[in-house]
Amino acid sequence: MLIGLALAAVSMAPAQSVHMSLPPSVTAGSAFSIPTAGSGKAVLYIVGQGQAIRRDVQMGEATMFPAGALYNAGEYLAILVNGASTESAGFYVSPAPQPETLGFLAKPSRLPVGIRGGISGAVYVFDTYHNLITTPLPVSLELANASGTMQSHTITTRNGVAWTTMDSAAKEGPAKFVARIAGVSSTRVIDQVPGDPCGLTITARPNNGKVTVQTAPVHDCSGNPIPDGTIVTFTETYNDQQSTVDVPIKQGIARVDMPAYPGAKISVASGVVAGNEIRWGGGK
Amino acid sequence: MNKGNLLALVLAAATVVLVAVGTVWPVKAAVFYAGGGKEGLLRPSSTPEEAVENLGTQIRLLAWEKAYESLSNKAEFTEPEFLHDLTGYALSLRTYATLDSFEVQPLHQSATDAEMRMKLRWSTVVGTFQDTRDLRVVKSGDHWAVDWPLVKEQHVPPQVIPVNYLRWDVIYRGAGDDWGSQDVEAPHVRIIDMHPVNRAEGVVVMGELLNEDVVPAFVSVRATLLAKNGSPLASEGSFDMISHTLLPKQVTPFVIRFPDVDLSQVGSIRMQPLSVLVSASADPVIEVQDQKFNPAPGASLTGQLSNQSGQVVNIAHVLSTFYDKNGQLVWVGGQYIDRALQPQTPVAFHIAIPEDLAKKITNQRTVVATYSSGSSL
Repeated sequence: MLIGLALAAVSMAPAQSVHMSLPPSVTAGSAFSIPTAGSGKAVLYIVGQGQAIRRDVQMGEATMFPAGALYNAGEYLAILVNGASTESAGFYVSPAPQPETLGFLAKPSRLPVGIRGGISGAVYVFDTYHNLITTPLPVSLELANASGTMQSHTITTRNGVAWTTMDSAAKEGPAKFVARIAGVSSTRVIDQVPGDPCGLTITARPNNGKVTVQTAPVHDCSGNPIPDGTIVTFTETYNDQQSTVDVPIKQGIARVDMPAYPGAKISVASGVVAGNEIRWGGGK
Repeated sequence: MNKGNLLALVLAAATVVLVAVGTVWPVKAAVFYAGGGKEGLLRPSSTPEEAVENLGTQIRLLAWEKAYESLSNKAEFTEPEFLHDLTGYALSLRTYATLDSFEVQPLHQSATDAEMRMKLRWSTVVGTFQDTRDLRVVKSGDHWAVDWPLVKEQHVPPQVIPVNYLRWDVIYRGAGDDWGSQDVEAPHVRIIDMHPVNRAEGVVVMGELLNEDVVPAFVSVRATLLAKNGSPLASEGSFDMISHTLLPKQVTPFVIRFPDVDLSQVGSIRMQPLSVLVSASADPVIEVQDQKFNPAPGASLTGQLSNQSGQVVNIAHVLSTFYDKNGQLVWVGGQYIDRALQPQTPVAFHIAIPEDLAKKITNQRTVVATYSSGSSL
């Protein structure tokens, strides 16, 4: 309703001279004043980004606005109404220069090891009142792995945003991804996980009339152990028949008991990675 | 009287006549389903066929006591054992199945005994399954009675089976987290094979999906058929023809059916795999033993499932992918197992394969999707 009144007041034709001096720029959350010239009483409306203020003013005096009165950055319209006389002018409320919080988007939260440029981080710099600080500021982005190695980039924000990409390490484990600016920091954890199994091999031994088949400790091509729970598929082919079983890795290896058929071929695979094949010789 | 009034009068008279006929000479089945007696559905067991048909009718009516009482060999087992043979010892698809229909075929008959084949077609929430029993029917005085071939389910002796398979639990992003904090990443899945075929019933899109991540995934696949001008023709999901819970590096086949669509209408297919991170357990492990491809006629894949874990698997769904000699996907078939999988107890499965495709098949891969009562997934 206040905005409606203000707009209605603007639409009225000026009949009596009023004057106000607006500051060229106001910092969000800071105190400021609007001096007026003339005599008598008037009403000052300030309308802008999600805020509207009404003040009764004494013409010829400055109207004081305390700290925190205007806190959303953006364009504002000041309207001074004195009887039938109206004056309006725009001014800009800029974000506070001091960063207070960071919006830090780090993607993905989990990725395989050894991916070049696989991790991206985007930083949004905000002031105390959550206004995006659009003036260029240097942001430090650091990716520290559990092994102690660190990648560090310093990027200058552009329109309030800075972003970069980092490589995932060759060794698995969580990495701390930290964005830092002027004493303010935000941390994300990136989980670097092993890649596909590499050099999958199996051995077999007799076990009470069956054959126990087990893998060697399963690693990826960088030597990281494949996590427990990963499925390894064993296939045994014999006499035009076949047995298959999907076995999760447990304590680094996958093991299964299968029917013992002399001459059977036993092979192993995990996902799209195939391992070796052995021929069961009936106890050998 | 105009024609409209005459027609109304004729219809009203016909309705009254039909109601009267139905009341005076009701159909026996209608009497039963209206809450009347069921004796009218049964006939004297004066022939082996009638004895088997009466047994089938009693099973269909869930009249377990009367069905059991009618058996000639009831002294060999108890009524609960007879009931468990038909409805399963543990919770399974049979537990809530209803007998949709049955068929009786005479195999052999003499003056005192006969052999009859009874095909029982049960309805379940996932479709129908058939249970075939070869029955011996014996003459006892002036009537015939069925010698029921009880299938006793094997039970493992009481024991403790230590299970220490991995389990994944997930903590998702909470309402109190700041807007920039990332949620747990959805599992990365990939379609590694896709093959559309034209069948009489429509287009069938088959393929295989890999969970290439290190966390479990709940997956499904959606396909959209696009016409040659790029406009969508139809969009369908894999529904139950997929193993929805995929552990890390596990592969599942999928089938998406588009009834009443011809492949000649299709310009391209848009595939959309979906994955959600879920809590899951690496247990149970099911071994698919003795898989045998049986060529046409009656092409099929047969084998046995062996539950290597300690918990009962209530519902198992076998999905098989069939390949040609070049490793190209030819067909995907599946079968629900109507009985629960008891620990260490093999259960047979049978997957039918279209005759025209069977001759191309040289290899197959089988996975089992499971559901256990009381487990999260």
